[in-house]
Amino acid sequence: MRNAIEFSNVSFSYGDLLVLDSIDLEVAQNEFLGVVGPNAGGKSTLLKIVLGLLQPSRGRVRVLGTTPVKARKRLGYVSQYPTFPRDFPINVKQTVLMGRLGVTKSFGGYTGVDSDSAEQAMIETEILHLASRRLNTLSGGQLQRVLVARALVCQPELLLLDEPTSNIDARIESEIFDLLKQLNQRMTIVIVSHDIGFISGYVDRVACLNRTLVCHETKAIDGKTVQDLYGSDVHMVTHHHG
Amino acid sequence: MEFIHALAQHGFLQNAVVAGMLASAACGMVGTYVVVKRIGFLAGGIAHAVLGGMGAALFFGFSPMLGALITAVVAALILGLVKLHAREQEDILIGALWAAGMAAGILFIAQTPGYQVGLMTYLFGNVLLVSTRQLWIMLSLNVVLIATIVLFYKQFTAISFDEEFARLRGLPVTALYLTLLCLTAVSVVLMIQVVGLILVIALLTLPAAISQQFTHTMRSMMSLAVILGMAFCFLGLGISYSVDIPSGATIILVTTLVYLVVTVVRRS
Repeated sequence: MRNAIEFSNVSFSYGDLLVLDSIDLEVAQNEFLGVVGPNAGGKSTLLKIVLGLLQPSRGRVRVLGTTPVKARKRLGYVSQYPTFPRDFPINVKQTVLMGRLGVTKSFGGYTGVDSDSAEQAMIETEILHLASRRLNTLSGGQLQRVLVARALVCQPELLLLDEPTSNIDARIESEIFDLLKQLNQRMTIVIVSHDIGFISGYVDRVACLNRTLVCHETKAIDGKTVQDLYGSDVHMVTHHHG
Repeated sequence: MEFIHALAQHGFLQNAVVAGMLASAACGMVGTYVVVKRIGFLAGGIAHAVLGGMGAALFFGFSPMLGALITAVVAALILGLVKLHAREQEDILIGALWAAGMAAGILFIAQTPGYQVGLMTYLFGNVLLVSTRQLWIMLSLNVVLIATIVLFYKQFTAISFDEEFARLRGLPVTALYLTLLCLTAVSVVLMIQVVGLILVIALLTLPAAISQQFTHTMRSMMSLAVILGMAFCFLGLGISYSVDIPSGATIILVTTLVYLVVTVVRRS
């Protein structure tokens, strides 16, 4: 089976600062990969290279069998911080519909097909009842679901999420992960997180990134791994999901 | 009211009202994008730089409106590229273009014999002098502007809302942004006829800013901004005619007053 993402010997620098050093990574189709690591360890940079927003200074990147820019329309992306002003006059459905750009017709408004796809994505993320709510009236968890719906509405083959749960409480966080687990049945998912203990209950494999990258099967993660990654003795909570 | 009677009798007043309505339609639609994308200062820079083109047009003997249009579009493209490539110096460069445009305009006008009287008209507008021919030009510009917005409403809204996401969906973000700035330039030229280039910025942003406080979508924000702009122009014209004071300044003061009242009442 073809890989969803292939990095071979990829490096990236911001000026003189080497952020990614000779990364090799293969993400299989329908895999659920968690990327963890300290702040400024290169996690967001890695995602931006997959999205084609940044060009690696060295190495080769393939996404869905082609270049990142060509693969773009088949990707769904949920950013770390909302990259828009919260007071923008827009409701939930209009926001979700934006995910149809690039697929829908060029001129005029959205079509009936767009509207149906948006409703489908809102049903799946359980926000249909919020459709006509203005964005700045939503809670953090609701907003995050809107952003996931916007990423889903064009039926992506690969879903990328950058710390999607960093601003919401733990109960909502696990709801979002349950949703992602369900979506993983039909698409590849790569999620960036700082919370290794939490995501290891959901993902198939964890990639530990701190300039260089080491992958672990979820089962193999222990205190030693975490200590190597973060460079100090981090307390790790072991838990099991039934 | 006295103004309504006068309106029925005088062609110049009818022209003034039509010009106000045309300018309001443009500034309600474009102003909505200017407000949500927070490029009010940039629009102000375009408006003021236009004096350079109007002065040059007078000096070389062609239509000031054409001079204004060309300068506005060139200024919009320059400032757009500045914003894209030299973000750190954006406010300084906008300020520089703003002042340099006006300075060039003043020099041209000073060197043109017998035209100094026109200066006040450019700076503060005189809608009572709008000719029927100018109305036709305004109408044509309006049609181009509204058609462009209707055709690319989704795309303009997407780049105003979330530029990074729009780029990831494959939209030509830079081209759309520059187009939006050109539309801003066109609407600035339309409004110069009514309120003059110094006062343009208030008529461009305030109706949209009032509208934003009551609406939940871009479409409704635009519609309400257009209606408010038209109401302010009509009211301002009526007051200025009745009391015999300059029309452009009256329209702007009416607009600003309503904005202040609405904002204070909504906040408290």
